Amino acid sequence: MLAIARQRMLGQSFKKILPAVSVLRSYSSAAKQITVREALNSALDEEMSADPKVFLMGEEVGEYQGAYKITKGLLEKYGPERVLDTPITEAGFTGIGVGAAYYGLKPVVEFMTFNFSMQAIDHIINSAAKSNYMSAGQISVPIVFRGPNGAAAGVGAQHSQCYAAWYASCPGLKVLSPYNSEDARGLLKAAIRDPDPVVFLENELLYGESFPVSDEVLDSSFCLPIGKAKIEREGKDVTITAFSKMVGYALKAAEMLERDGIYAEVINLRSIRPLDRSTINTSVRKTNRLITVEEGFPQHGVGAEICASVVEESFSYLDAPVERIAGADVPMPYAANLERMAVPQVEDIFRAAKRACYRSVPLAATA
Amino acid sequence: MNSASCAAKISTQPFSLNPTSPTSHDNPLVFPKPTSFFLGSTRKLRLSSSSKLNLHRRSGTVVAVSDVVKQKKSKSTPSLLITKEEGLELYEDMILGRAFEDMCAQMYYRGKMFGFVHLYNGQEAVSTGFIKLLKQQDSVVSTYRDHVHALSKGVPARAVMSELFGKTTGCCRGQGGSMHMFSREHNLLGGFAFIGEGIPVATGAAFTSKYKREILKEADCDHVTLAFFGDGTCNNGQFFECLNMAALWKLPIVFVVENNLWAIGMSHLRATSDPQIYKKGPAFGMPGIHVDGMDVLKVREVAKEAIGRARRGEGPTLVECETYRFRGHSLADPDELRDPAEKAYYAARDPITALKKYLIENSLASEADLKAIDKKIDEVVEDAVEFADESPVPSRSQLLENVFADPKGFGIGPDGRYRCEDPKFTEGTAHV
Repeated sequence: MLAIARQRMLGQSFKKILPAVSVLRSYSSAAKQITVREALNSALDEEMSADPKVFLMGEEVGEYQGAYKITKGLLEKYGPERVLDTPITEAGFTGIGVGAAYYGLKPVVEFMTFNFSMQAIDHIINSAAKSNYMSAGQISVPIVFRGPNGAAAGVGAQHSQCYAAWYASCPGLKVLSPYNSEDARGLLKAAIRDPDPVVFLENELLYGESFPVSDEVLDSSFCLPIGKAKIEREGKDVTITAFSKMVGYALKAAEMLERDGIYAEVINLRSIRPLDRSTINTSVRKTNRLITVEEGFPQHGVGAEICASVVEESFSYLDAPVERIAGADVPMPYAANLERMAVPQVEDIFRAAKRACYRSVPLAATA
Repeated sequence: MNSASCAAKISTQPFSLNPTSPTSHDNPLVFPKPTSFFLGSTRKLRLSSSSKLNLHRRSGTVVAVSDVVKQKKSKSTPSLLITKEEGLELYEDMILGRAFEDMCAQMYYRGKMFGFVHLYNGQEAVSTGFIKLLKQQDSVVSTYRDHVHALSKGVPARAVMSELFGKTTGCCRGQGGSMHMFSREHNLLGGFAFIGEGIPVATGAAFTSKYKREILKEADCDHVTLAFFGDGTCNNGQFFECLNMAALWKLPIVFVVENNLWAIGMSHLRATSDPQIYKKGPAFGMPGIHVDGMDVLKVREVAKEAIGRARRGEGPTLVECETYRFRGHSLADPDELRDPAEKAYYAARDPITALKKYLIENSLASEADLKAIDKKIDEVVEDAVEFADESPVPSRSQLLENVFADPKGFGIGPDGRYRCEDPKFTEGTAHV
């Protein structure tokens, strides 16, 4: 529905450290701009007003207006019974959320970052994901776990891990990861309406980014389907898959590649579980080359799964080995220069695409 | 110390993993009256329960010590709590903590420091009061608010500042950062970003000390561990699990709660069913003590008792220090939710000003002595910044170092040899 041209309007840099709520309104051709933060906030607001069973839980979501200001204004609007400030007990409040979901309420549990979800992972996997199966369909768990995922800027090893691969390997969970404001709104609404547990992986550095959205996106019934990837940019030479922040990097790399005559097709996965294997394979059958990009650790990552899927289904269409671009296989270092090396950069995607197209041969894969 | 009065005491056997059942609670007098309703300000209750118990019969009881210490002091006016040397040492340590944190704020706003920085201004009395009583081999485990704990424990200011700048000369070579300060030499075990994460680690360090003494027969091993954490952590499951095990196995640990009444923007009173954290100690069989954390001398008195108990093998103690942070939770926190009247109240109880007043009034030091210390510390901090500025950033090869103690963990390369044996291994990176 959105034309490819709109993607080229992204003006802001991706290196912001401090969150900035900037909204640019342009009144031409119905292209409004909203930040990802506003998109999430409006999605939560609309779903809470539509369904009184939806409530929010998490640290600092109420009076503090949200640790990253995603839940700003919701406490005033819906009151402390529906916007709950919890003590610092991830295991405790996640378990409470799951229990509430067993009885038909729809909690949206916020983790200040998904790193903290490790303290609650027993409830996410064992109590939430497996319950529908273990009870043979008697108990469904319409819960959403959301929060920022992946690396921010200079926050050290314990605050920078990407959990997409961990949660996506678990049957019973749905795992979504939005990129722009349209994704954020549509996928969060879909997640809240979904009767199954959904892990919703946002990105802290994208919260302040503005993206253009159409009127359809701003409508309160707007919803995106779970399990469908989006082709952000069409091309014919190489397929690049990415999710969350890496979509922005992939699009930038695609622009650089176009100047060299390589037309990359960029797929925004949107849904890590279920993975849209059909879109990915169709694209690979068209371009014959694949690069997967992710921010997390390389081993057993999202790229590994995509790679296996393509080799299984489209082996004879591949003209070059599949390349995985991932974070470095080390805990995130603190020093700024090391941190840059530990996370994929636009140049890495660019070089990998060129290698896949045999247009140049630099040495072995470097970060 | 008579631990017989300990109301909820359990086994008397040293280090038994299967203790006998607890002795009965035959001292009802010692338990506080059960409170089933929310009391509001912790300050109110503290004043009402302090009268009957003195310092030494504190085991197993819930005591508010601050007023007791005050009484003790006034009863014996000529004897002071500290000597001149001790006083100056305490003063210097607190000034170092304050000056260092203020410099951190400056450096952050100039862009030399980045990420999450949590400053300790206002809480210096707790760090100094406790850590200055420790030996080098005693361990300290802290949270993300760990700069001053590191400094008090003896990590050089240069090493801490370089670490914050992300330079290779930092105490963790720039790989840890503000929230992850480690020093094997000074037995500073971190530096944990996750709430409650340090408490089991500290309990484990205490376990090692006891194990070394009793199983490995290192008879003189009496190392004590201090675990520092905040009020928000006291609602976390790991806290309770460790209180239980530390008391069960009589581990040489002191749980120090730095109750600054706020967890980011969440007031302690809004998050806790019973805000008096010190009461949670006796529920698990250890003494629980509340102390005024803005007064370094009171903290030191309590710390002496608690650390002494641990060293003698009498088991853990829970100490709640009522303190306050003058700045926000971190440098990114706008700090809008705290009442300015509350901030002013605690600013008037600045621990450094209080100690200064004590030293001068009791003729332990002169203004000139203290000014000299101020100046010396200013120079130390400036020197630390210069050193950090001039230090190099980590080299590219450092990215892959220290992931494993045995780098064979990186596996066997395509040529059949271990990847770490290739001299060019660290030139690339480990990812595919």
